[in-house]
Amino acid sequence: MTDVLLDGCLALCLPLLAWLVLRTESLSQAVVLFVAFGLLSALGWARLDAPDIALVEAAVGTGLTGALLMHTLSWTEETPPDVRARARRRPWALLATAALTLLLGWAVLALPADSPGLGPEVEARREDSGVKHPVTAVLLNFRGYDTLLEIAVLLVAALGARAVNPRSERASSDAAKDPLTGELFRMMTPALLLVAGYLVWVGDHGPGGAFQAGAILAGGGVVAILTSRMGTPRMSSLRVRWALLTGPLLFIGVGVAPLLSGRRLLELPEKLAGTLIFIVEMALTVTIAMVLLMFFPGTRPSRAGRGGER
Amino acid sequence: MSPLELLSAAFLLAGAAFCLAGTVGVLRFPDVYCRLHALTKVDNLGLGLVVAGLALQSASWATALKLFLVWLFVLISSAFTCQLIARAALRRGAVPSGGRREP
Repeated sequence: MTDVLLDGCLALCLPLLAWLVLRTESLSQAVVLFVAFGLLSALGWARLDAPDIALVEAAVGTGLTGALLMHTLSWTEETPPDVRARARRRPWALLATAALTLLLGWAVLALPADSPGLGPEVEARREDSGVKHPVTAVLLNFRGYDTLLEIAVLLVAALGARAVNPRSERASSDAAKDPLTGELFRMMTPALLLVAGYLVWVGDHGPGGAFQAGAILAGGGVVAILTSRMGTPRMSSLRVRWALLTGPLLFIGVGVAPLLSGRRLLELPEKLAGTLIFIVEMALTVTIAMVLLMFFPGTRPSRAGRGGER
Repeated sequence: MSPLELLSAAFLLAGAAFCLAGTVGVLRFPDVYCRLHALTKVDNLGLGLVVAGLALQSASWATALKLFLVWLFVLISSAFTCQLIARAALRRGAVPSGGRREP
């Protein structure tokens, strides 16, 4: 009964919130509504028995994206786009999205209703993967190739973000002396580090892992940047480059090493697989946290500075 | 119904009432400072009561402890965000209802 109520509420609120995000007049309202939408969709994932995705949605989709959007708001003027006029001007865009929605809906409905998917096969070979959690087994062992390429994509994305927005000013020093944010930072940082470490460790046998832990570390980094306890990471710094590269380099090393002993690429030896996966996840956490921080453009330049540059 | 369940239900209902009052306050109060008061103070108490009610029903001490940690972190973050939002509002010149802003 309560389950039905909760699911019904989610099913009603999610489309409503999505509609409100698109409809609302003011940009800041749209951002707040979008964060609320992300939180509810994380709940939805949790209800669908996908706690891994729920964690990522809450940490990346809501936390970090929310911070990025809020931050972008402080760079822009509050001039909402006229959504309806734009929609009238581009009817083909509406048509294309409607067609895409129909296509996706048809694809979902065309799926076999009671297919077990690849779950049983993963379950059958989970013993060999070195970890107990099936999601981690797929991500880091069975389909390690996909994850490796994903990390490469993330690196390119970080480079792109920095190329678009190369400035990384340091904030004025009076922000660093602010007692309020300073105390918040002091209280939250140990908890953030603990949670991130726990998530990497728990990935072995439960929902968690490098992406979630990296996102939480990056969240702490964003607070550090905003309260001026840390400058924006610069690509010119050697430490930043190492942080960006440890994960991919270690992963490539672990993946290539089996080739030397006559195995195939990324074929982890069964006895060492658990340890290797843990080490790779630790390194990936650092890299993912740094990549996510690279998206954060740093503190807002003064208006006079902005005017001078134009 | 055991006394423990009754106590838990009482806590949950009181928490729900506080949450409702806080929501009405956010919708009805005249200015940003009053609304912040409704949102943080009353929601913290509401969440605290709900957590207490749930902790009474939880199967183990570990679950109860986790629930109280949730409350603790919400307390910390809402206390700080309340101050930050109020300060930002003051800097942007939001005038308290019925008051005057110092020049």
